[in-house]
Amino acid sequence: MTTRRIRSAATAAVAAAVTGAAAACSAPGGGTDGGASADSVVIGVASEPDTLSPLLGYGKDGNSKIFDGLLVRDAGQKLKPALAKALPEVGDGGRTYTYTLRDGVRFSDGEPLTADDVVFTYRTVLDDRTNNTAKSELDAIEEVRADGDDKVVFTLKYPYAAFAARTVLPIVPEHVAGEQDPNTGSFNTKPVGTGPYVLTDWRKGEKLTFKANPDYWGGAPKVKKLTMAIVADDDVRATRLRSGDLDGAVLPPNLAATFENEDGRKTYRATSYDFRAVTLPTGNPVTGDTAIRRALDLAVDREAMVDKILDGAGRPAYGPLPLDDPWFARGTERDRDLGEAERVLDDAGWKPGQDGIRAKDGRRASFTLFHPSGDKVRQDHALAYASDAKKAGIEVKVESATWEVIEPRMKHDAVLAGFGSTGDPDFGLYTLLHSSLAGDGFNNMARYDDPAVDEALDTGRRSQDPEDRKAAYDDLQRELVKNPGYTFLTHIDHMYVLADRWDGLTTQTEPHEHGFASGPWWNVEDWQPKK
Amino acid sequence: MTRLVARRALSAVPVLLVVTFGVFAIAAVSPFDPVKAYAGTAALGADRETLDRLRENLGVDRPFAERWWEWLTSAAGGDLGQSSVMRQPVAEVIGERLVWSALLCAVAFVLAVLLGTVLGVLAARRPGSPADRAVTSLAYALEAAPVFWIALLAVWLFALKLDVLPAGGLTDTGSEHVTAGQLLSHLALPAGVLAVSQLPWFTLYVRQGVGDALAEDPVRGARARGLSERTVLLGHALRSGLLPVLTLIGSRVPELITGALLVESVFSWPGIAAATVEAATAVDFPLLAALTTLATAAVLAGNLLADLLYGLTDPRVKLSEM
Repeated sequence: MTTRRIRSAATAAVAAAVTGAAAACSAPGGGTDGGASADSVVIGVASEPDTLSPLLGYGKDGNSKIFDGLLVRDAGQKLKPALAKALPEVGDGGRTYTYTLRDGVRFSDGEPLTADDVVFTYRTVLDDRTNNTAKSELDAIEEVRADGDDKVVFTLKYPYAAFAARTVLPIVPEHVAGEQDPNTGSFNTKPVGTGPYVLTDWRKGEKLTFKANPDYWGGAPKVKKLTMAIVADDDVRATRLRSGDLDGAVLPPNLAATFENEDGRKTYRATSYDFRAVTLPTGNPVTGDTAIRRALDLAVDREAMVDKILDGAGRPAYGPLPLDDPWFARGTERDRDLGEAERVLDDAGWKPGQDGIRAKDGRRASFTLFHPSGDKVRQDHALAYASDAKKAGIEVKVESATWEVIEPRMKHDAVLAGFGSTGDPDFGLYTLLHSSLAGDGFNNMARYDDPAVDEALDTGRRSQDPEDRKAAYDDLQRELVKNPGYTFLTHIDHMYVLADRWDGLTTQTEPHEHGFASGPWWNVEDWQPKK
Repeated sequence: MTRLVARRALSAVPVLLVVTFGVFAIAAVSPFDPVKAYAGTAALGADRETLDRLRENLGVDRPFAERWWEWLTSAAGGDLGQSSVMRQPVAEVIGERLVWSALLCAVAFVLAVLLGTVLGVLAARRPGSPADRAVTSLAYALEAAPVFWIALLAVWLFALKLDVLPAGGLTDTGSEHVTAGQLLSHLALPAGVLAVSQLPWFTLYVRQGVGDALAEDPVRGARARGLSERTVLLGHALRSGLLPVLTLIGSRVPELITGALLVESVFSWPGIAAATVEAATAVDFPLLAALTTLATAAVLAGNLLADLLYGLTDPRVKLSEM
């Protein structure tokens, strides 16, 4: 009797719940599990977006599955047309960008895309009342207007060579999003776009499910169903991948290595712009001294960090740009040179003290280095850095803390920072190094101030000639070697494991943020099932 | 009875006022920065102007008393406000999640009461017998075990070692629809764990109640009249032995809610737990206040329910005097 009562109570509750839930999903199919069919894929990632509305920042760097931008990047990070017919026409010395829209593109609700949708998207993002965290990335825009139904013209405040790379920003339909408050409207969780996939369900904290958009202007995707499962814990993600619950996942290098030689699975390693660096605040008398900065730059053993901390899944960082970036300045690679580091310190008057720590004018060569607590990779970098610095006679006191504690101290204390943007060197470098942004929020955390670097950044930003830009960024990277405001340590490779059921998978060179939009699934709409 | 309910409902109003005011006050002095929480990882790349603009748009610098009053007046009008951290209306956040939390709690509660009664009666039948000793020591052990620990143990055993039940989620990851079968298999572990964590209280109370009743005159009289052991146990002893359990039902509600929060987190159950934690760390006033109100109301309702049951089952208690 007891069991019968339990069962009937449970069935009643379940029935009620199911009716409620069934009303919310309308997609056909209803497969029984993650399954081994090649037209569905289940991917495990560590975190989910706060919102799916591009107006609040979702997909701003491209690769959104629900939306398209005017342009998109290919596997080699080159810009190519998406919602625009072609790359923009640049006029007025780099101050106007004109895009012509592709014909016949429709949103997934059937309404056609028009120039007004593009204008609405940009104007809403730029509106001060919209809580977009990345609005400053579009600061260059003075005006955006529609010219007829299929032309959009951007007028910039100054010539900005990198602007086209910002127009990967996803375009939203004015007829849906325009009816709501962009900060809280239902568009945040029920987006409508032109993209290759349509969101079918989003259970926050658990998963997002997408189905292929059969009317996609780029052709219906072969992978019909895409599920992004949110599994915060690395070990749980690996376990669920092993059990077959997930087809693929983003994993730290040591866990990814356990899948290396398995049949039916492939491991992908994406190189990245994701650097780890130590900020050397100019406001601190020790880290502000160019001799100390140069000595630290010479004393660190980058190769050892890649081997020991990253298990080989990374590359030494000689500056903010990774070695394989076309904008990387050849010749700035440098080996560890402890002898040179000591000579630099000797010349500058930093003499070894009794405890082995150098001192100058009664000041010990000692500073504090913070790393965000809980981040194992950064902690290991910080400890290795401290041990390398000690060999040159510089004391680095490593402390861990939350960002709430670190932020007010960034002016005087070093931080083990991690950043990296793709798309254009201007995106990552300007905010990292320009003196006008010193201490502005998390921009230029080291308060770096070097007139030659400022000049190079301005030239790189405003010049339209790729040759001039390349020369400017080369100058900048060489100047960084002479006056390092940061000690760049490593660029971290991002590791992914994926079931081997599709052909022609690639990875892009990835930014600091990864997992959801980057990874071998960055272009899942183009995958071809095997056989 | 109507009078009791009405009076309790009326006295709930000041309680809720004080509790929500307290939530706003505590959240206001918490070290978390709502702007950083709102921006998430984007905050680590944001400039000062962006952060300042967000601060102003979110209105987080206004005095908490003012924000509380604003929330209260609009909540009284049926508008629970907008959750900043979820980017959607509070009513929607709760609506999407409450069903699953309620289902989890209800199933666990029913399981705990039924199982607790059975075990309690079993133990009370012969005090000091091996069955009694086994049940009692099990109950004490479970009472001391933290819920999340039991939950992790259950995942390890049933999901990883035996691989008979799924480790988390509402359905299999690849499955799109919530079907009854899927739901039942995914509900088994979290509901089971939550039930087990509540079990010792009911077991021990029933054991005590039934044990005492067995020693009382009416039962001895019944036995003397030659009634069957079954009738004595279930008809006489259990009936009066269950009375203390009824009060327990009400007082276990808060424990059930906090237990559910932990269980939901461990099993990634899409209930209101994750929302509660996020609301707290993000200082999301409207969401936090609504969830606290909900929890408080559940506790008050639990107490009322216990009193009503007591009044209905125990002839010595008059509802009109409560």
